[in-house]
Amino acid sequence: MSKVKKKVKVINIDVDKCNGCRACEVICSAFHAAPKYSSINPERSRIRVLFEPLKNIYVPVLAGEYTEAECNGRYIYTIDGKEYDECGFCRASCPSRELFKEPDSGLPLKCDMCEEEPPLPEPMCVQWCLSDALTYEEREEEGEEEEKLGEMEIGLESLVKKHGVKTVMDTITRLAKK
Amino acid sequence: MRYAETGVNLEIDLSRGSIEKEGTDPRLTELYLGGLGTNAKILWDRVTPEVDPFSPDNLLIFSTGLLGGTPAIGANRTIVSTFSPQTLLMAYSMMGGFWAPELKFAGYDKVIIRGRSPNPVYLWINNGKVEIRDASHLQGKSTYETAELIREELKEPKAQVISIGLAGENRVYFASIETHRGSASRLGIGAVMGDKRLKAIAVRGTKDVNIARPAEFMELCNDVLKFIDYRLNNPITGVPPILAYIGSPQEMTLHDEEWHLNSFAWGNARHRRKDFWNEEVKKKWAEILENARKRLISCYNCPVKCAGIVYYPGHPTYIMKCFSKLTYTMAAMADNIDFGLRIAARAQHYGVDGFSAPQVLAFALELYEAGILTDKDLEGMPSDVEGRFNWLLDRIVRREGIGDVLANGVYWAARQIGKEAEAYDHNTIKKHEQVPIKLGMLNPIYYLMWSTGEKANITQIEGQIPQAPLPKEVREEFVKDWVQVPTGKEEKFKQFVLEWGEEGKNFPFWPPIDVVSELVDWQEIMHYIDDSTGICAGLSSFPIKPPYHIHNLPILISHATGIDIGEHELWKIASRTRNLVRAINVRKGLRRKDERPPEDHWKKRFPEYEAKLLDEYYKFKGWNNEGIPTKESLHELGMDYITEDFEQRGILNNEQS
Repeated sequence: MSKVKKKVKVINIDVDKCNGCRACEVICSAFHAAPKYSSINPERSRIRVLFEPLKNIYVPVLAGEYTEAECNGRYIYTIDGKEYDECGFCRASCPSRELFKEPDSGLPLKCDMCEEEPPLPEPMCVQWCLSDALTYEEREEEGEEEEKLGEMEIGLESLVKKHGVKTVMDTITRLAKK
Repeated sequence: MRYAETGVNLEIDLSRGSIEKEGTDPRLTELYLGGLGTNAKILWDRVTPEVDPFSPDNLLIFSTGLLGGTPAIGANRTIVSTFSPQTLLMAYSMMGGFWAPELKFAGYDKVIIRGRSPNPVYLWINNGKVEIRDASHLQGKSTYETAELIREELKEPKAQVISIGLAGENRVYFASIETHRGSASRLGIGAVMGDKRLKAIAVRGTKDVNIARPAEFMELCNDVLKFIDYRLNNPITGVPPILAYIGSPQEMTLHDEEWHLNSFAWGNARHRRKDFWNEEVKKKWAEILENARKRLISCYNCPVKCAGIVYYPGHPTYIMKCFSKLTYTMAAMADNIDFGLRIAARAQHYGVDGFSAPQVLAFALELYEAGILTDKDLEGMPSDVEGRFNWLLDRIVRREGIGDVLANGVYWAARQIGKEAEAYDHNTIKKHEQVPIKLGMLNPIYYLMWSTGEKANITQIEGQIPQAPLPKEVREEFVKDWVQVPTGKEEKFKQFVLEWGEEGKNFPFWPPIDVVSELVDWQEIMHYIDDSTGICAGLSSFPIKPPYHIHNLPILISHATGIDIGEHELWKIASRTRNLVRAINVRKGLRRKDERPPEDHWKKRFPEYEAKLLDEYYKFKGWNNEGIPTKESLHELGMDYITEDFEQRGILNNEQS
């Protein structure tokens, strides 16, 4: 596969600058409501601020990939004398916790950088963070050209994920014989 | 569908242990908005004036504002209303933080507490599931500890908790209700919570709050946010730094204390210490604060960082907000400027008001110096002033010995102690300790605000205008973009700022009384609007040139709720609430005689002129000579029900004639 230049969108997080106001949660949930801005519910937000004021812990976390299973490790990070558990930094929508799931359906939530047409100058959480704990950056990176999957491939891929490639192959062979 | 609000109140009877969810009448939203407005209506309807604040029949209402939890920047206040054990009038105190939005997301506008629990309990509101839980293991725990323990035992780190400490449990008349980022401190509402044996309320909510006209509403929110950004970077020139920004005064960011230390009174509101603040102290103080302050923080959905996490070695961590960093230092006449930071750590964990508590402590020490309180009364008290303050505070929150008397606040303690102690009660209005400011020349605007402010607290009525004449060279510039002035008042108010300080244009006999009345009314009405929407006064009614004002607030409310109101209508709604609060207090016995600042509030007083000021202001407000709303003005506001009640009780008929 050929190497190409890609535009990578990044939200940088500076935990030292976070003032814990959760405006990012407010605007994220409002922006992603349908119709847009029609409702607010931080529980639907794709960014959450984990905070423990008395320990001075303030960590904005953006929703990342959905994971089917929880991971095997449990570690404690100590930074500047403050203890964070590993889940504190984790971006996954994971069965082990409530974070980053639609409160009604339980479906996973994932940050989409507020992609829309015409594009926004910056994702909404960055626009509403006057403390600059969240800043936006567009980087050029060299990477693999992304394969664009067709509808059929996407469907098959999820079947493979669920049932294993052998079962899917067998089933298709059986169906083909009919 | 209800927009901005949920349309549901939680009704909790702690005597019976019952929990009900009550739908609310949308018509009340149109008449009173929410927050303070609808709280006042409930208190008027359901608590008769005979009810003692410490009776199970008294209600304790925790309310969100109408816009609380919406993306309106800074709409996060919890508005607590009840009756004060200290003033025996309606008490309303508020706090910022995260609790009110969480309550909305749980599906409720208010939690209304009645009755008294036989055992200590706390309330756990988890969306639709509401439980009254045992709190005997939390007795004696500090405000902050209680919140942490509850979050742990519920395994809900995201639950928002409000709680009382020892002071509230022991019904100290200046006990506060605390949440990590705010405290509802004034008028002893923590004591009422303690009387109900309610240690805390924990809330967790994961439901939606809906907006009626989303696109229009959000456009306005974005404008407000831009203006906040502008104001944070463009302080007003010609006023002290503490007044130049927005938010609650930026006490944790600014270390320039000259204004407070030099113009406020120290001790028992007694002494001016103009030599305390010097270059050396200034340097030391900046260093202390920079070290003690671990992070500047904000309330829900607000970029203004009014608070700081403070950690002082050997003391529990706490969140410092506003001016209590200095109130104890000044009241103690302490020589160490950091004394306030240290004792405040303990005071907030106990849950006491950072304004009243230092005043009470200073009052006690003054009585001791005067020989009215003796060594016998204060047996075991240390000899240094810092030790004495801590010792007295420990006794007050436990109501031990003399602490039991002092726990009732200056007014009542003075009368219990007797022996001329009353003469030392010289800084209360309506029985409530005030910010210690004793100045020279009568200020007619502040005279009316101190006298008639229903919250008995100057910071809850003042705002919008500079507190002293602006330097000549900045006046023109100031009025150029003063967009906050109400329609029709532009000329008059701008002229006031332009002329103030010119030859013959100064207090007490200038400006004309009609201008004084209108300025006071404007300042007050803006607070009443905020207290109903739940928007923080720090972005609206309190600072000069705030982001929210009488022109954009009606539009914001209209887009959020779908109820169309204009500037005139919003003003009328706020006046309605203002008159309702007055009516509640009138029914509790409030009269003209109660509406006066202490004798020594200013050195130069003008009794006849002051009487005239009050006469004219009452008239302007549509009140009779006793400060009671007249039949006509109540009718105008659609509140004939108050007139009926007043007539039945003989309040209007007897006193109008």
